[in-house]
Amino acid sequence: MASYEENSVSFTENSLDQRQLEEIERILHSDLISNGVHCVLLIDLAGNIIAKDDNGASRIDMYSLAALSAANFGAVEAMAKIVGEEEFALLFHKGESESLYFGKVNNELLIITVFGKEISLGLLRMKVADAMEHIRKIWRKF
Amino acid sequence: MAFINIKNKEVQAKIVYYGPGRGGKTSNLEYIYQQFRDRIPSEMVSIKTHGDRTLFFDFMPFMVGKIKGYSVRVQLYTVPGQVKYDATRRLVLKGVDGVVFVADSLSVQRKKNLISLKNLQTNLAAYKKDIFKIPLVLQYNKRDLEDQGIPVLPIDILEKDLNQQLKVPSFPASALKGDNVVATLKKIISLTMVAFQKGLT
Ligand SMILES: Nc1nc2c(ncn2[C@@H]2O[C@H](COP(=O)(O)OP(=O)(O)OP(=O)(O)O)[C@@H](O)[C@H]2O)c(=O)[nH]1
Ligand SMILES: [Mg+2]
Repeated sequence: MASYEENSVSFTENSLDQRQLEEIERILHSDLISNGVHCVLLIDLAGNIIAKDDNGASRIDMYSLAALSAANFGAVEAMAKIVGEEEFALLFHKGESESLYFGKVNNELLIITVFGKEISLGLLRMKVADAMEHIRKIWRKF
Repeated sequence: MAFINIKNKEVQAKIVYYGPGRGGKTSNLEYIYQQFRDRIPSEMVSIKTHGDRTLFFDFMPFMVGKIKGYSVRVQLYTVPGQVKYDATRRLVLKGVDGVVFVADSLSVQRKKNLISLKNLQTNLAAYKKDIFKIPLVLQYNKRDLEDQGIPVLPIDILEKDLNQQLKVPSFPASALKGDNVVATLKKIISLTMVAFQKGLT
């Protein structure tokens, strides 16, 4: 393995400080998990997970979900361009017991929520919108 | 663009296997998956056609271990090599930190390697990345076919075709038998980690 210098805490562009991360995690928890969302991921468009939370009962392979979501989002955005749209507003997949909802936080970040029947789509969209607004503010500071 | 989580002390980096169709990109990941079950915390995800050609990508995370107190996780991806899938290929390249170019040693595929490498340069440029700067390793795959009397390109020809200007580390390999698959992976991980380090300044 290559050699590393001591104390190289942030050797890349994308790194939030501990306080920012904690703030984001707190938002994901209070806005979404507390309202019945099963699992939430904040990812970048390369598919890296930036923050995550779940209700403790979910057994989801979050890293695969992140990779697929980033790719899916990219594909849908490319499709939008083909038909002359900037983007499609709502990205939502409804299942029998689990559903997925995607939100674009900004040009770099996506939020993915996995949720069930405990929460209506309307309420979920509102809560996700709130969380995204909070995260944008934190991200701007960084 | 790699992501570092300071709080959980985790680093995530994206490594993409690129190269012409049927060159052996998916086979590389399959071999790694078999060899390192203990380092791969989930199943390999493959979006493919019924004929086992990659349609969008293969994906699997690989736990490298601890470096300076950070647990390093590389996300391994393959692109679809077929020319017609360029739009999806470009999507997979988004945020890439390191690339393995899997060339096909079969003599009849000589031109396809060149076209694919050129395509890599173009698609990296779309993300403002320079093929001469990104961590890159070349792999000359299917060397095992030589033993079966099937015409393969000599290494010096492959080097001349693909690596004359790039001058990056290269490995003769057989993804089918596993020869140098791990050496290729180790090399790209190490180059990628060194590049992070440089990104500090
Ligand atoms: N003999 C031999 N065959 C190989 C080797 N690597 C791959 N193959 C075979 O080549 C074929 C294509 O391999 P894949 O790994 O699917 O190729 P790919 O690059 O992922 O192809 P696309 O998904 O279309 O881009 C398969 O039949 C493999 O078994 C090798 O090292 N030696
Ligand atoms: Mg493939």
